[in-house]
Amino acid sequence: MDFSFLNQPAFSGGGVYLDWVISGLKWTLLVSILGWIIAFSVGSLLGILRTAPVAWLRVPATIYVELFRNVPLLVQMFIWYFVVPEIVPKAVGDWLKTQMPMPEFSNAVLCLGFYTASRVAEQVRSGIQSMPRGQTSAALAMGLTLPQTYRHVLLPMAYRIVIPPMTTEFLTIFKNSSVALTIGVLELTAQARQISEYTFRTFEIFTVATIIYALITLTVTFSMRWLENKTRVPGYVGGSSK
Amino acid sequence: MFTGFDFDVIQKSLPYLWQGMQFSLGLTLLAMLGGIVIGTLLALMRLSSFKLLSYPAGAYVNLVRSIPLILVIFWFYFLIPVLIKKLTGNPYASGIGPFYSALIAFTMFEAAYYCEIIRAGIQSVPRGQVSAAYALGLTYRQATTLVILPQAFRNMIPILLTTSIILFQDTSLVYVVGLTDFMGAAGKIARRDGRLVEMYLFAALVYFIICYSGSYFVKTLQARYNVGRN
Repeated sequence: MDFSFLNQPAFSGGGVYLDWVISGLKWTLLVSILGWIIAFSVGSLLGILRTAPVAWLRVPATIYVELFRNVPLLVQMFIWYFVVPEIVPKAVGDWLKTQMPMPEFSNAVLCLGFYTASRVAEQVRSGIQSMPRGQTSAALAMGLTLPQTYRHVLLPMAYRIVIPPMTTEFLTIFKNSSVALTIGVLELTAQARQISEYTFRTFEIFTVATIIYALITLTVTFSMRWLENKTRVPGYVGGSSK
Repeated sequence: MFTGFDFDVIQKSLPYLWQGMQFSLGLTLLAMLGGIVIGTLLALMRLSSFKLLSYPAGAYVNLVRSIPLILVIFWFYFLIPVLIKKLTGNPYASGIGPFYSALIAFTMFEAAYYCEIIRAGIQSVPRGQVSAAYALGLTYRQATTLVILPQAFRNMIPILLTTSIILFQDTSLVYVVGLTDFMGAAGKIARRDGRLVEMYLFAALVYFIICYSGSYFVKTLQARYNVGRN
């Protein structure tokens, strides 16, 4: 294996091929993290709504989750990029088509965010539902309102319980960010393929990309395990038992 | 919203879309079967007390699970022809065709995910069952195939099926190497006729119906399996 090609001047852009790798990594991280912010906030809201005691809050959240979970990510990516600008009101559609800053990137973030939100919602819901029923009853009996019950009793515990599956969901959005290459975002996987086409160093560049993905996955896994131990409630089952 | 929505283009392209769907379903079924077989072997290796078996299996599973499916597809598309040339010693050996390359990539990718499910399933079988099997004089092979795996698989069927529904959704990613699965067929017609809105929404609808009924079926199956438990 010969990695010296990483230091050779790149086909375009003025830098060396290593710069392409770094730029790809930057876009991968940007898409994943911005997408995760949407996924976590929208997903949390939907997850809470899915446990609401009233149907008019629960049903829309359920429909959202089923809709986004049962359509492949690639199809959703194309719908955000190609279909949405056509079916929204014309003024909005024109803005999306001509004015939107970095359309590929923005659509990829929105698509990944709203897709992953449906998965986050399921984790939040199962976290809340894993709490004993008595907790809600006790909180309500003490005179807390329902929002207060969620804020002070259910959610603080539920979020601690779901740290491991949430980590998995973050790693899922991180890996799924490669689907953004289908609408033209030059993230890490796209750059790896592009470099392999220009240099024919396919084995080496794929190895580099694989190691970068694996290292980030490892880092995230270990820091979340640390966080899980840090936030662990004494006496509660769970924690990092192997 | 749907003014100018052309249903005709969908109707005319149905036979072509059906061909694509057959590709998607075939790829899903074969990758699922292959993935479960290889996943079971990987799980048995990971649970083995021989480090020579458990370490490589663990390394493979963790590595594959930490990289994107698209990168795995690219890897196998690159590696398979290289391997064939090495194995046959013929530098001009022809490949095995795009379908089989995709099949191998998906099988090897999904095997890593099935492995973790199957490992958890095997570990959910009470330890006493293994001891009892050995005490009765069964060999490792007999204990595994006759006592442990049947019980483990019974527990795992719902989650294996759920994973397979996700696999069906993931097969749409063969788009990145230009294969014509259902999504690929819809995309080709969409670009040829300039009917992106109709074709992509129709594709989404079809995927939704299949995956939603699939998960509904799994849910009822799960309810039936849980009868008489706990």
